[in-house]
Amino acid sequence: MDDALALVSSGWQPFAGGTDLMVLYEAGKLTETRFAGLWKLEELRGIRVSEEHIELGALTTYTQIRQSALLADEFPLLCRAAAETGGIATQNRGTLGGNIANASPAADSCPPLLVYDAELELMSGAGIRRVPYAGFHTGYKKMLLEPGELIRSIRLPRNNKKGWHQVFRKVGTRRAQAISKVCLAAAARLVGGRVEQIRIAYGSVAPYPLRCTRTEAALLGADPRKLPPLPDETSPIDDLRSTAGYRRRVAGNLLRDFLESLG
Amino acid sequence: MSEVMHCLLVNGREHLVRAWPMERLLDVLRLQLGLTGVKEGCGEGECGACSVILDGQLVNSCLIPVLQAYGCAIRTIEGLALDDALNAIQQAFVDEGGAQCGICTPGMILAAVNLLDRNPEPDEGEIREGLAGNLCRCTGYSRIVESVMRAAKREGRSPRHQTGEEHETQTRGEMLRLARAPQEGNR
Amino acid sequence: MLDSMSQSAGRALPRKEGREKVTGAARYVDDLVFPGMLHGVTVRSSIARGRIRSIDAACDPDQFTIVSARDIPGVNAVALMVDDQPFLAFDHIRHAEEPILLLAHPDRPMAEEARQRVRIVYDVLPAQFDMAQSGDVFKSFLLEKGDVDNAFQGEDIVVVEGEYLTGAQEQLYIEPQGMIAAANPVDGVTVWGSMQCPYYVHKALMKLFAFPEDKIRVVQCETGGGFGGKEEYPSMIAGHAALLAWKSGRPVKLVYDRAEDIAATTKRHLSRTRHRTAVTRDGRLVAMDIDFVLDGGAYCTLSPVVLSRGTIHAAGPYHCENVRIRSRAVATNHPPHGAFRGFGAPQSIFALERHMDHVAAAVGLAPEELRRRNFLKKGQSTATGQVIREDLDLAGMMDRALEEADYHGKRKRFQQDNPASRIKRGIGLATFMHGAGFTGSGEVYLQSQVALEADAKGRVRILVSSTEIGQGTNTVLSQIAADALDISYNDVELAQPDTAVVPNSGPTVASRTCMVVGKLVESAALGLRQTLATYAGLSFAEACAAHIGKHGTLRSISRYEPPAGIHWDDEHYRGDAYGAYAWAVYVAQVAVDTSTWETHVEDFVARQEVGKVIHPVLATGQIEGSVAQGIGWALYEEIVYRDGRVINGQMTNYIMPASADLPPHKSFL
Repeated sequence: MDDALALVSSGWQPFAGGTDLMVLYEAGKLTETRFAGLWKLEELRGIRVSEEHIELGALTTYTQIRQSALLADEFPLLCRAAAETGGIATQNRGTLGGNIANASPAADSCPPLLVYDAELELMSGAGIRRVPYAGFHTGYKKMLLEPGELIRSIRLPRNNKKGWHQVFRKVGTRRAQAISKVCLAAAARLVGGRVEQIRIAYGSVAPYPLRCTRTEAALLGADPRKLPPLPDETSPIDDLRSTAGYRRRVAGNLLRDFLESLG
Repeated sequence: MSEVMHCLLVNGREHLVRAWPMERLLDVLRLQLGLTGVKEGCGEGECGACSVILDGQLVNSCLIPVLQAYGCAIRTIEGLALDDALNAIQQAFVDEGGAQCGICTPGMILAAVNLLDRNPEPDEGEIREGLAGNLCRCTGYSRIVESVMRAAKREGRSPRHQTGEEHETQTRGEMLRLARAPQEGNR
Repeated sequence: MLDSMSQSAGRALPRKEGREKVTGAARYVDDLVFPGMLHGVTVRSSIARGRIRSIDAACDPDQFTIVSARDIPGVNAVALMVDDQPFLAFDHIRHAEEPILLLAHPDRPMAEEARQRVRIVYDVLPAQFDMAQSGDVFKSFLLEKGDVDNAFQGEDIVVVEGEYLTGAQEQLYIEPQGMIAAANPVDGVTVWGSMQCPYYVHKALMKLFAFPEDKIRVVQCETGGGFGGKEEYPSMIAGHAALLAWKSGRPVKLVYDRAEDIAATTKRHLSRTRHRTAVTRDGRLVAMDIDFVLDGGAYCTLSPVVLSRGTIHAAGPYHCENVRIRSRAVATNHPPHGAFRGFGAPQSIFALERHMDHVAAAVGLAPEELRRRNFLKKGQSTATGQVIREDLDLAGMMDRALEEADYHGKRKRFQQDNPASRIKRGIGLATFMHGAGFTGSGEVYLQSQVALEADAKGRVRILVSSTEIGQGTNTVLSQIAADALDISYNDVELAQPDTAVVPNSGPTVASRTCMVVGKLVESAALGLRQTLATYAGLSFAEACAAHIGKHGTLRSISRYEPPAGIHWDDEHYRGDAYGAYAWAVYVAQVAVDTSTWETHVEDFVARQEVGKVIHPVLATGQIEGSVAQGIGWALYEEIVYRDGRVINGQMTNYIMPASADLPPHKSFL
């Protein structure tokens, strides 16, 4: 582990499951081709459970997430996202830490992390620090990872959304083995027919996975059958998979479907 | 990084290979070991033609740097049939029309083997989901789904489906295949 | 083991090369390694139209083999129809990705690096990407039956107009294209590779090298899918590999990666169809005026014949006394479009079937009712005036298909359920015909030949240039020969297609292999039987042994003879366009999620009349595979061009259906 951190601090590219980096490397699109292989580092593996947290090692694969009964029970949206990312072969190699560090706006596992108030544990030669995942991504492919730092684990506060209505919907270019055009992870708790608490997060509608805090605020106390006007916090783009107009409209529709399901 | 000798365990047999750490497992299997049943369809993990089973898990060998495969048990399509006897899934692909042009077939069969390992009696939806990372342009998948269903029905869970551990005895047929590294000539 | 006396045809026998395919033993071109082999790469134009001002190869000629247009020993044109496409651009660039320079090196990554270093300076010229604007016509047809203009003057008719567009589609065979070539002055040129039509490649190489036919040898390797995509383009790659081999004196492998394959090889033509239809108020077609345009891309390739098939099928399986079809394939600066399964007909049939639904709505009929009132029947004639001589019951086929799909029940149910549902469902149908074999007099020009050889053990080898590309050539031809010879299927095999060994049985295209080549195999087999008739009382194997003992070899050849009673007028495009048609009714149930507009085919019924089925599993597999490609084309797939270049040339963004995207398929033969 120390060796890996030393290499990373001298500029080497961290390399985990390779499902993204290998494609870029083969296409000659990487500027840094000295790789610090992380795959065999035990410290970054495993699902650790305490009373307050479930801590997922950064190298936890989508398959491991899918297979965890505990995650299915407490963090179902994360399991759904893992099941809808790539095919089986990709799920066997793709890692949660890699999905975050790759910083794609279309990363399917990130909206659920926003819903569940995930925290990241970052480590470097200087030690370990914790940051909330919300706010970690700051722009297209930009994040609060200092040079020489690695994601060590993803911490999920336990039981924080139990009993909430939860939904994950991915709209891809096809049903499986697809990259998202839009995806929504959302959760809400109603008291007396009114929204008491709510989380709304999207993939693929902004330069990074987006939590819609202003929309959440507008919905607090609202009756889901009589919705207040909602702000549009998305800033989608046109690309090969879809258009900005489609993304904006579908993002709104997915949220509307979710809110209707609460009513 | 430099080229180094390493031991690669493939189909129950150890091989010395000389490779750069970042060489694709796909290339090492095909070019050094002559295991040309591993196919390249896209080179970016989309089509599944290069699927192999690595420590019991299906992977795209085009996305695995060989360095990550050292010390792992690798199974390719060449390690599936025992001597002349086809594996139940291979046989079902022949009987049910699961193979047409054959280029996706090795990867597809390995994905099916891996699926039945995890889920011996999948329904149609589970088969379609389990094979969704392996693209086939010929069949429209219906014959493939039929093949997997027939194999599951006919065989139940045969020892030859077990892919978790690969240390089975090496067969004569396999030796012959391995001795026949890429060479001049026809089929 | 099979009973040697039982008939092969009609049975689901194991695919001949199935064992090799399921064990990974089948050898495709990229699986072959020749001693001393170099790896070739192709340097292509980055602009769609212009002139080459200068080329700087930027690599050491002592280390790299470098081939430009100046190195071509024969004619710099891919021999096909009009020979307008150069192997290597000399001066003019007419489309993006046009080959300009070839490099080869013993190390594949080094060759690739060198390719990226080559600098080409162009004078850029304006390019044309809009087929509707292009006045540069490769080929046009005018097909006329009755008096269309007069029919539109008739009283009490309804006129319905419509315009329909289709996009470019990539064949996306999972094995990318590739060739290996060896060349020297003594033996000439030999190529091994992935292809549908060895003799197309043979003809192209003869012209490229100005060699006689015995100095060119073309060998087909196991081929990982074609769908038309490996009909004409392999000639180009074979030529490139051969030029590099000729100059270097070493074998050269030239295998495309996926990105190059999608960027450079042929696609299904983009199309635009306009319909103007006169129909009586009770739904009888009075006149069909059809305008059909294909975007041929920068060179002619096979566009004239793609256009021909699309034109002939444009009026569909309907009876109408007055039909006019004007069609043209035009030049643009897109990379050339070419053969793709269906060959122009899917484009014109799509337009017609959409239009028929609009016509039905205009006269207040259900889509199936309009079709029922206009289906072709025995004694009536197609748009080319071909009289239907068989008992044809399209209405009966349609009724069965609709029943199998529970069409009427579902229509009613969806009408009830849709208003309250986020997911709206619908069910629709299309009916069509497909002419089998070459159009018109094509088979007469081809003069296909096949040969059969037997050895002293009674084992028979079929010699044809028809290739196995997944569709089952090896299996079906073996079944036909086994039955004609009354021997076991296991005692028949196919020779590897190798132009030094097999006669020219024509290209592997146009659904002709089973029907046309299969008949020739049967004739050759009957010829063999005739030869052996003198050995009465002996078994087949004994008779073979006796004959070979006396004469040394046992061989039979057959050549195409046109069936009696087929007449085609090439000049006016009138008469019997095809020797036989397949007929089909397809029914699809489609769901649209109105929140996301995700569209999914939930159920599919395909009913067809294809004549005698030689192998039920293979035939079903062909239908299911083509339906999957059709669903892909309709819902998922479209090549996107920007400034004439494909910008979605990867499998991550050119989306073909995966197993989870397709419905369970019900196919009825």
